Amino acid sequence: MRLTQGTFSFLPDFTDEDIRLQAQYAIDKGWAVSVEWTDDPHPRNTYWEMWGHPMFDNPDAAAVVFEVNECRKEHGAKYIRVIAFDASPGWESIRMSFIVNRPKEEPGFRLVRQEGEGRSVRYTIQSYSADRPEGARYA
Amino acid sequence: MNDMTPQTVTDAKKRYSAGVMKYAQMGYWEPDYTPKDTDVIALFRISPQDGVDEIEAAAAVAGESSTATWTVVWTDRLTNCDKYRAKAYRVDPVPNAPGEFFAYIAYDLDLFEPGSIANLTASIIGNVFGFKPLKALRLEDMRLPVAYVKTFQGPATGIVVERERLNCYGRPLLGATVKPKLGLSGRNYGRVVYEALKGGLDFTKDDENINSQPFMHWRDRFLYCMEAVNRASAATGEVKGTYLNVTAGTMEEMYARAEFAKSLGSCIIMIDLVIGYTAIQSMAKWARDNDMILHLHRAGHSTYTRQRSHGVSFRVIAKWMRLAGVDHLHAGTVVGKLEGDPATTKGYYDIFREEHNPMALENGIFFDQDWASLNKMMPVASGGIHAGQMHQLLTYLGEDVVLQFGGGTIGHPHGIAAGATANRVALEAMVYARNAGRDIWNEGPDILKDASRTCTPLKQALDTWKDVTFNYASTDAPDFAPTPEVSA
Repeated sequence: MRLTQGTFSFLPDFTDEDIRLQAQYAIDKGWAVSVEWTDDPHPRNTYWEMWGHPMFDNPDAAAVVFEVNECRKEHGAKYIRVIAFDASPGWESIRMSFIVNRPKEEPGFRLVRQEGEGRSVRYTIQSYSADRPEGARYA
Repeated sequence: MNDMTPQTVTDAKKRYSAGVMKYAQMGYWEPDYTPKDTDVIALFRISPQDGVDEIEAAAAVAGESSTATWTVVWTDRLTNCDKYRAKAYRVDPVPNAPGEFFAYIAYDLDLFEPGSIANLTASIIGNVFGFKPLKALRLEDMRLPVAYVKTFQGPATGIVVERERLNCYGRPLLGATVKPKLGLSGRNYGRVVYEALKGGLDFTKDDENINSQPFMHWRDRFLYCMEAVNRASAATGEVKGTYLNVTAGTMEEMYARAEFAKSLGSCIIMIDLVIGYTAIQSMAKWARDNDMILHLHRAGHSTYTRQRSHGVSFRVIAKWMRLAGVDHLHAGTVVGKLEGDPATTKGYYDIFREEHNPMALENGIFFDQDWASLNKMMPVASGGIHAGQMHQLLTYLGEDVVLQFGGGTIGHPHGIAAGATANRVALEAMVYARNAGRDIWNEGPDILKDASRTCTPLKQALDTWKDVTFNYASTDAPDFAPTPEVSA
């Protein structure tokens, strides 16, 4: 399967130049750009691991590309995303989030059904990757 | 102004002697009145009957929408009646519309119950719309004071939190209404939901008239739809949703359906505008209490919003719905099959999404409006739109909008999932190009063509709908052209 979270998952995988262009758009909007990684891409796994703090006051997206590549050295077989935080009034939240790195094999998710009374079903989504312990989920 | 306009009778004995008196003489016309920051202000378009003075007509609207009746009553004198009288304070001719006037009327805040759209509207659009001295009457806009705005809950979730819950940022959301709107069994209906969500949409939607009919009872629909939502979520790793329409004949039944939707894990429910303002406010409260996104389908609005001379403008409905507390509301597409010129539609979108609306006559916005940190509403663009219009949609409507391609998804020649993928690829390619600094308005068709090289479903969609447009004159355009800049 292909994990399609994020702003651009239906486009071909991003090159460094794609990352730079999109990160620069965020920076020019005044947003702080940040790099995060995970080995559990569950749709409700909100908190991916931070690769350092959001890059406040950084004017140049080249620095973002550099950090993505540094992160790849350590976590290249996992998911890495770039996100942009907007601190302006009425937002104070994320304004962009796109995946820039993914494992070669994406095992995806198991849908677990617990049949309840009547015809109700309680659904649970489980990441196949999370069957293994943290740190041992992708090659 | 007309020099013959009657002045307010100030001598109390004359003012309150039994009989009939002109509304303007009774104190409902105060040209020197400066509205207070806490006043509610309504702007009406009035079309007086032949021979009826526009000032008297405006005063009559003020009177009939506040304290007046057709004759003098002595019981006024038991009240602080100067305060409770609405005051017409300004009447302007409508540009290029002989016989029509804009009447500005101010209402003291104490005329209204806090937090009740029903009470607000019972005054403002109550008796007065059937008043005989007027040929027609339209409520064009309202200024809602912060003191009043703060008595309402506002959108249960709001754009920011909706995006956080959906884990979806930086692009418009994508949806589709299940078609055909009537006749599918629950099992067949869920198939459409599954295919569309798996193919790349964020949401699917019940239509306004899907409630609980012989061909598909509501529980069946909810059960099959949630199977589809969860399957699609597992297949993509994304949070997905389907607007389960809980509209029903009674509040008790709507609450029961909403509770069932919650028990199945749905992130969103839906109601129709025709359930009424109080029911909408009740469901908004329920949605806030239960972490549910609340979608409102504006079924029925065109019966009173579409004609320029009579009714209520949709911009006023939008303001009331932001107060009432819905999260999603349909607001037009500009380019699709339903009413809406670009300037007027921009006015609606600004009312939905901005923290502060400055006066913008060219967009039909007559007042500065401060939203006092009420959540933002997500506009929904639905009706006759397709992937080939993506550059126009993104330019006109921006990023915080749900683009709903019903026919444009389900009508794809290679199936529903292919239609969904075509829309998602077109959308992401267009957002990418915009962010990268390209001129999407002019280069849009090329951008889509490039994206279709690696996406066959998009190529098929573009080939199928390339020439489909809906170019009809709008029936509800702004009355004012943008003011040209004065050049130095």
